[in-house]
Amino acid sequence: MTETATLPATERQRRAELVQQLRAAFVGCQFLFETEDTVAYECDGLAAYRQLPLGVALPETEAQVQHILRVCTELKVPVVPRGAGTCLSGGALPIEDGIVLSLAKFKHIVELNPLGRTATVQPGVRNLAISEAAAPYGLYYAPDPSSQIACTIGGNVAENSGGVHCLKYGLTVNNILKVRAVTMDGEIVEFGSLAPDAPGLDLLGVFIGSEGMFAVVTEVVVKLVPKPQCAQVIMASFDDVVRGGEAVAAIIAAGIIPAGLEMMDGPATRAVEEFVHAGYDLSAAAILLCEADGTLEEVAEEIARTIAVLEASGATRIQVSQSEAERLMFWSGRKNAFPAAGRLSPDYYCMDGTIPRRHIGTLLGRIAEMERQYALRCINVFHAGDGNMHPLILFNGNDADEWHRAELFGADILETCVELGGTITGEHGVGVEKINSMCVQFSPEERDAFFAVKHAFDPFGLLNNDKAIPTRARCAEYGKLHVHHGQLPHPDLPRF
Amino acid sequence: MIDMLDSFRATVERATRDQTPLQIVGSGSKHWYGEAPQGELLDTRGHAGIVAYDPAELVITARCGTPLADIEATLAEQGQMLAFEPPHFGPAATLGGCVAAGLSGPRRQAAGALRDFILGVQLLDGQGRVLNFGGQVMKNVAGYDVARLLPGSLGTLGLILEVSLKVLPKPFAEATLRFELSEAEALTRLNQWGGQPLPISASTWQDGVLYLRLSGAEAAVAGACGKLGGERIADADCAVLWQGLREQTAPFFAGRAESAPLWRLALPSTAQPVALPGAQLIEWGGGQRWWRSDAPAEQIRALAERLGGHATLWRGGDRSVGVFAPLAAPLMQIQRRLKATFDPAGVFNPGRLYPAL
Repeated sequence: MTETATLPATERQRRAELVQQLRAAFVGCQFLFETEDTVAYECDGLAAYRQLPLGVALPETEAQVQHILRVCTELKVPVVPRGAGTCLSGGALPIEDGIVLSLAKFKHIVELNPLGRTATVQPGVRNLAISEAAAPYGLYYAPDPSSQIACTIGGNVAENSGGVHCLKYGLTVNNILKVRAVTMDGEIVEFGSLAPDAPGLDLLGVFIGSEGMFAVVTEVVVKLVPKPQCAQVIMASFDDVVRGGEAVAAIIAAGIIPAGLEMMDGPATRAVEEFVHAGYDLSAAAILLCEADGTLEEVAEEIARTIAVLEASGATRIQVSQSEAERLMFWSGRKNAFPAAGRLSPDYYCMDGTIPRRHIGTLLGRIAEMERQYALRCINVFHAGDGNMHPLILFNGNDADEWHRAELFGADILETCVELGGTITGEHGVGVEKINSMCVQFSPEERDAFFAVKHAFDPFGLLNNDKAIPTRARCAEYGKLHVHHGQLPHPDLPRF
Repeated sequence: MIDMLDSFRATVERATRDQTPLQIVGSGSKHWYGEAPQGELLDTRGHAGIVAYDPAELVITARCGTPLADIEATLAEQGQMLAFEPPHFGPAATLGGCVAAGLSGPRRQAAGALRDFILGVQLLDGQGRVLNFGGQVMKNVAGYDVARLLPGSLGTLGLILEVSLKVLPKPFAEATLRFELSEAEALTRLNQWGGQPLPISASTWQDGVLYLRLSGAEAAVAGACGKLGGERIADADCAVLWQGLREQTAPFFAGRAESAPLWRLALPSTAQPVALPGAQLIEWGGGQRWWRSDAPAEQIRALAERLGGHATLWRGGDRSVGVFAPLAAPLMQIQRRLKATFDPAGVFNPGRLYPAL
């Protein structure tokens, strides 16, 4: 946990002068610089990391964004773009000597084209607002991160956000046609096109998920897809987590691509049941939620096929939603897993690794061992269909040692994901949170290549720096403290 | 499996040292695509084989020299497929060439393009470094998504050693419907249908006839056939039709080799009917429009741009006008910096995409 250190007088003076220069340059554009105003921007969804910025600019036009970036380039002031600030990895954490560029005022839906099935929106438009605007035409925007009620499309582009329906409908990168953005030198660039592709290298593909480090998004064209006529969900119980994992593999091997395929372990099920009272099977070691969507006939066919697979996979109980209300009730527990975790413990730390599906059981076994090792509880919910795990480590943030152990526990889980052939982040991004774990997943040469790619878009090195990609020096430092295969740095010291 | 890495690395390091261009080639099935290839041949075919494939993971990992046909046969044994339906353009087409060309077939309008199925890539760069980007899992946002830069890069960024692709189950049922419709009517219908939950997986229009392919659950295909009307054509004819479009062996593409140049116009699906001298074939719900036309390149390019898309000089014609539509200056600058990152000496397929790359 970081806090702004008390600065020496000369340093305070220098910062005050810089703020004055920025205020003068940003005339006509809202610029917050008093601590009481900027404090609201000191962190994002990863509240354990905080940093006050020099100031916060809230432009309303693309021309203002261009101007702000030109001024910052000239004065060598780092810039952190920000949408709704729901990022869970510290992607919008301010930089001490930099400003935050909030796109909160870019909240207009510029055009909705029902025939062409596209929506042109400003980056501050909320994810869910797009689907709401498209609903009268029977269309929606498919990626649905769990923060969709609050998170903005600009942030989704930065993080390549996922959600519950990725297996069938894809990630942000599969649902964005075009991005308009401003580079640090104030140039307007357009990646992608309204046609099926654009000439040259696929810059749109590498731009999405670049964590706000390449350019500042000012407009996004998203793809809209027809809303399925109906959806039905199967809730299946398993008396063994590994068997549940095998059922997931069996469903997919049977040629079924469910609209959603989610799993909760026993402790998570008990936690959410206490919270939502949805009638979950409390005796189950794992609960699987499997959703089919499409036309009535399609759904009936897929549900029948899926039930046959689940029965053959040893499910101990199978329920199928018989109404929309029941479908939402079956989902309510999974969707409320995070607040339910919040009731179990003062704080929880949400992880986001992805592994090949066949290793789900192995990873859960390893996490159970780690619970003993770090003396912290962990409950598991995950997007089983794409192997994206969200272990929630329960801890008390007022106890510095518990937070420290939670961080080590988290890093240990992520490194296990890499060891099992997976990745340290499936959809939350690296940000500042998982930057050390990047040292484990990528070689020094690969990290050098990432820096060079960043340089191709931002040669000035001023946009959201020091996130996502660790320097060689940082990895060398991390290597010295490295927690490997559950070995704490000083295993002989008592920890609790 | 023979590992060619050491030999590749020696070739690349020598080329970088001597600043001599290399022409990366698989079977050569797409040698005609893009700007003219140049440089010493670097044959990828020795580096072949499927590295990993577990149907339940929906991922296949294979080396660059693996024949595309082998990959498709392996997937078909498990009832799976490459959903972007890549064109082979030759019996021995390789996976590396498929990814470097970045082309997708008839199913692209419904399932997505090749770039949507790339999960990970192993690349040998100009300094002889082996770099891994992405991975073998569906959801992965660790590091920049560099793997997605490779489809369509035409080998200009490095030698693709290995690729991981997402695969999908083959549909349980398929049917093709035939409609007699004018171009304007066909485009309107295609866009209207695109907004409805219908299992349309491919479409093509030519000379007043629209063909529509439906793929999905049996009930969904049967239901859509009933709803859409049209005339259902025999299964054997369907296979010939869509295969002929994918491989461009259909008469429109194959029969007029010595005639007017072939242009590919990628447009928003709602773009109005294009008026050019010559013959037209439409695919991808209106998004891909092929023209055999003698119209001047500037006219075709300006028209495509005005409609919100771009035009590629696919086959034939005067190649001096540039095969691919010119890029805006800031985009070209970024692409040149990316090229310099992975290939500082400019040895990989120089000029194949743009003279400056």
